[in-house]
Amino acid sequence: MRHPSPTVNQPAAGSRQQLPDDRFVDPDLLCEDDSGVTTLRGSRCNECGAITFPAQASCPRCAGTHMSAHPLPRRGTLWTFTIQRFRPKSPYDGPIEFEPYAVGYVNLADQVLVEARLSLRPDQVPLIGDEMELVFTPYTCTPDGVTVTTYAFRTVTDENDGQS
Amino acid sequence: MSVAIVGIGMHRFGRTPGMSGRQQAVVATRDALADAGVDWKDVQFAVGGSASGGFADTLVNELGLTGTAFINVSNGCATGASALMVAASMIEAEKADLCVAVGFDKHEPGAFNADPESVGLGAWYGSTGLMLTTQFFGMKIQRYLHDHDLPVSLLAKVSAKAFRNGALNPNAWRRTPLSEHDIAEAPMVSDPLTKYMFCSPGEGAVALVMASGKRAAAMQSNPVMLRSVVQRTRRYGSFEVFSPWLAPERADSPTVEAAGACFEDAGIGPADVDVAQIQDTEAGAEIMHMSETGFCAAGEQEELIMLGHTEIGGPLPINTDGGCIANGEPIGASGLRQIYENVVQLRGQAGARQVPGNPRVAFSHVYGAPGLSACTLLTR
Repeated sequence: MRHPSPTVNQPAAGSRQQLPDDRFVDPDLLCEDDSGVTTLRGSRCNECGAITFPAQASCPRCAGTHMSAHPLPRRGTLWTFTIQRFRPKSPYDGPIEFEPYAVGYVNLADQVLVEARLSLRPDQVPLIGDEMELVFTPYTCTPDGVTVTTYAFRTVTDENDGQS
Repeated sequence: MSVAIVGIGMHRFGRTPGMSGRQQAVVATRDALADAGVDWKDVQFAVGGSASGGFADTLVNELGLTGTAFINVSNGCATGASALMVAASMIEAEKADLCVAVGFDKHEPGAFNADPESVGLGAWYGSTGLMLTTQFFGMKIQRYLHDHDLPVSLLAKVSAKAFRNGALNPNAWRRTPLSEHDIAEAPMVSDPLTKYMFCSPGEGAVALVMASGKRAAAMQSNPVMLRSVVQRTRRYGSFEVFSPWLAPERADSPTVEAAGACFEDAGIGPADVDVAQIQDTEAGAEIMHMSETGFCAAGEQEELIMLGHTEIGGPLPINTDGGCIANGEPIGASGLRQIYENVVQLRGQAGARQVPGNPRVAFSHVYGAPGLSACTLLTR
């Protein structure tokens, strides 16, 4: 294949997709849903219902200033994607030894489209419309050896379906 | 609107080692003044911008400390158009009748690395590797090709045209034609866009001398007239660069609104345009912006491009100087480069890249981060 797919850290099959013990890049991005499962923390406008990610204090649609915390759905469909093929400059702080990574927007139940890294299997080519689910995945390691995780989405397969 | 462009000047785009962005701006400004046949001391108002080349108003140290008012503007890749708009507004308001608008830059090689906090985003957005304009353009055209059933091969065709036109432009950075095959097979940067489908951050400077219609008539027999200039920022629901999230419903891009208002203000329609410069940060942007500016419906680009409509000599020549792809992107200068090229074309001075048939109406369009657009119409 002319432009090979990126290999991206893939959580071990069957791993529980709770927030890992490692440091998460920005804990303000997360909250628990009604079932106590960690998910992305959005906000919802009390006036017009617009949903944002991350949470923000005012509404970009109606300019309202009353927003409530809103846990985002953990599943959605891939709306578009690309693959980052060169190592970004600072403020990117991923590994010096660069591996390409995929990025996309995932439509979460028509509430909001969230931009995220995509956690792909080796040689997996993402497709618009793929069913995706939220995972937490390591993306770098600090100089003192702490693994830093971020949020990502991976495709739902028969193998991992129901395990998140 | 009764505003004319009576002088144009440029420092060639690309890389000029040993010369700062400011120095290039001084060259461009002196060229524009000479082209207009005026002196810096005659200028009543100046406006300019640069993203990484320094403050425009400090150019007075070299141009002359005449006391003239000088405003700095900053609107990403739309900076030049904003400078033009401010100068035109001053003339329209009869606050000045001879103005300079200048844009310049000098960027380090490689993709831009924007600061998330400067656009109101958390540091995580940059550190995890999401804050890249290149990713946005890859994702926007990926979805666009999918929605409108356009072939990915169109991207290489657009780039090949840019390099062909650049080869005819002595001021362009990239002056070697490249085949569609070489463009398509180049290293991928952000799928589906390869290295030769993107413009590169570069260097360069452009200046304009602008005058009221009355003053211009006393200076020149047939000046190029600015018919309208409109800038718009994004609406809720448009798909823009540096967006951690998007609304589920899509709204028109700011380009659609800016272009629509620009044509309406001028009383000119897209079908009247003889030559157009539209933002081609990458090849997909030219394709998308052809439709967003109103020159065709979404999905019609394939037929127009395959028929050669956008070539010099076609019914709607686009990016006749090679666009951003062949000229690079010095952020502050880019929008004014389009105006410079349109003035050259309307004057019939474009040499090997001259649009035939005495073009009379010229359109330009810029798109800048984090989601704004400006469009202009010139006539002669």
